[in-house]
Amino acid sequence: MNEITFQSLKRNLKKDFSTLKTTRVAVLADSASQMYVQALRGYGYELGINLEVFEADYDQIELQIYDTTSELYKSKPEYIIVFYSSIKLLKKFAKLSLNDKSTFADNHLISTENLYQTIQCQLKCKVIYFNYHVINDAVFGNFANKTNVSYVYQLRKINYELMNLSQKLKNLFILDLNILQGQYGSEFITDNKIYINTELLLSIDFLPIIAKQTLDIILSIQGKFKKCLILDLDNTIWGGIIGDDGLENIQIGELGIGKAFTEMQLWAKQLKQRGIILAICSKNDEVVAKEPFEKHPDMVLRLEDIAIFVANWNNKADNINYIQRVLNIGFDSMVFLDDNPFERNMVRTHVQGITVPELPEDPADYLNYIRTLNLFETPSFTYEDEKRTVQYQEEAKRAVLQNQFTNEYDFLKSLNMVSLVESFNTFNIPRVAQLTQRSNQFNLRTIRYTDDDIQKIANSTDNITFAFSLSDKYGDYGLISLVILKKGGDKTLFIDTWIMSCRVLKRNMENFVLNTIVKIAIEKDFSEIIGEYLPTLKNSMVKDHYQNLGFEGNGGKWNLKIKNYEPKSCFIEIK
Amino acid sequence: MDALEILKQVNNIFIDILDNDDIVLTSQITANDIDEWDSLTHVQLVVAVEKHFKIRFTATEIREWKNVGEMCYSVQKKLL
Repeated sequence: MNEITFQSLKRNLKKDFSTLKTTRVAVLADSASQMYVQALRGYGYELGINLEVFEADYDQIELQIYDTTSELYKSKPEYIIVFYSSIKLLKKFAKLSLNDKSTFADNHLISTENLYQTIQCQLKCKVIYFNYHVINDAVFGNFANKTNVSYVYQLRKINYELMNLSQKLKNLFILDLNILQGQYGSEFITDNKIYINTELLLSIDFLPIIAKQTLDIILSIQGKFKKCLILDLDNTIWGGIIGDDGLENIQIGELGIGKAFTEMQLWAKQLKQRGIILAICSKNDEVVAKEPFEKHPDMVLRLEDIAIFVANWNNKADNINYIQRVLNIGFDSMVFLDDNPFERNMVRTHVQGITVPELPEDPADYLNYIRTLNLFETPSFTYEDEKRTVQYQEEAKRAVLQNQFTNEYDFLKSLNMVSLVESFNTFNIPRVAQLTQRSNQFNLRTIRYTDDDIQKIANSTDNITFAFSLSDKYGDYGLISLVILKKGGDKTLFIDTWIMSCRVLKRNMENFVLNTIVKIAIEKDFSEIIGEYLPTLKNSMVKDHYQNLGFEGNGGKWNLKIKNYEPKSCFIEIK
Repeated sequence: MDALEILKQVNNIFIDILDNDDIVLTSQITANDIDEWDSLTHVQLVVAVEKHFKIRFTATEIREWKNVGEMCYSVQKKLL
């Protein structure tokens, strides 16, 4: 794998961006941002995205944001990146009286919220705001912690309150420069002699790192993020080889270097808790491989944490193909960790799109290295995410049941499916928004919405919204489909959004949803329903969706006249 | 390391960073003589020279060079 350096990113700028999807961003900074912008565009090329950047002149953040006729707004960015530097903040802070120092953080947060709201009044866009590198200004020593007039105290307060602010304001995303400072160190992040001579704050070696973090956020909001972690076993999540060493001798917990592996398992377990699917892919007998999960007291991961457990002597690329078929997610949403470079290379070569990080030679370094890769960025989280593993396990049971039926109708009938139909409401809005962000395949128009966007849609009388939850005798699928209908002037209803989770394909849920749409159309006296399919690289499965449902094609759009509609069959009851 | 060898190695660094195989440095050459050499690429050149020779310049030193020759002389002093 070629190393990415600032120089290599700059070389990318000369390459052909014409086939890449374009995203408009703006960069506002109070230090010189030219090289950051070069790194950003160059890294965009690496990750398959063409960033069209409006770069404001040096130190014009407020000027551009508060002037509603500014070039910033004219450039219509989808993302505005705001980078206030800690070093300039310290200069402002240093000049204040002690009293003003004590309210510095509060005032700064008010200004930040004002900037955000001003932007949101002009543009529907996301704001990516850098938090602050905590500078040890050496004014109070450790006593800085014991007084509220120290820069350290006020800055930590700003960083903490920024977290709360970003939870309140859904289109505000924080780029955590503070945590990067912890990983890389202040001396690495800034080359002082360069900064003093030029206003270029970030060092050349740090630029690729910060460019990637920025892109990780943007891409996750656009729906590109990892959903699954596939783990090897021997020397990856325990020390030694279970087949050779036996249960008592594999290193986890206090045995040998077991700590390194216990920490890996703890990390994986937390990923599972937040909704990442864990899979095992190991060259071992299945019974032998499962034994530590079942019997070893120091194992952190247990079988219930694993959505799919694959242990056999087949080639790992084939096994990962199998895992993909069962989970039905893209290879590009998977991460594969294996201590063996041969296995890593082989999977990288034969499985298109999967991320296979290199691992350091020493297992003691695994976790710290993995943390620098920022593999699991996400645009959203809801408490329901924790149930994802159980849902995949339930699905595996349904797959077994299905094999016992020779015909589809009898199988579907036997599931006793029931669907709860609701409009968008306070409780389901986070999950609705999350579905718009995550769904790539069964997604007719692929428009991504945040919680705030969905709230606005729900509040408007121009729209009719439906959220569908599904359950059957095996368990609860949760909220798996959503529809946003926009009322048109001439008794038409336009389907702005129709999304369904791939976990409920082949359940005739589409029929149930269409029946629901037509029912409300009749109630509200609409005569026609209009749908649209916007093709992307991932949603070709729904290109004939409207045709299959009996709509008529009409120059890019599809319409259905309500008058003679016959409800479509499905084995789903309304709850 | 003698001055000529330093100039040769610095020349290779310029070729790499400025992405131009045709650059031939003499000690008289300044930023005015090379299209790609501007205030931004100057930063990259300084950092690349530091890394290559495993030296560090001071904030004052990087402002004082009037041409390639003076930069190379700074390098030579630090290698002694």
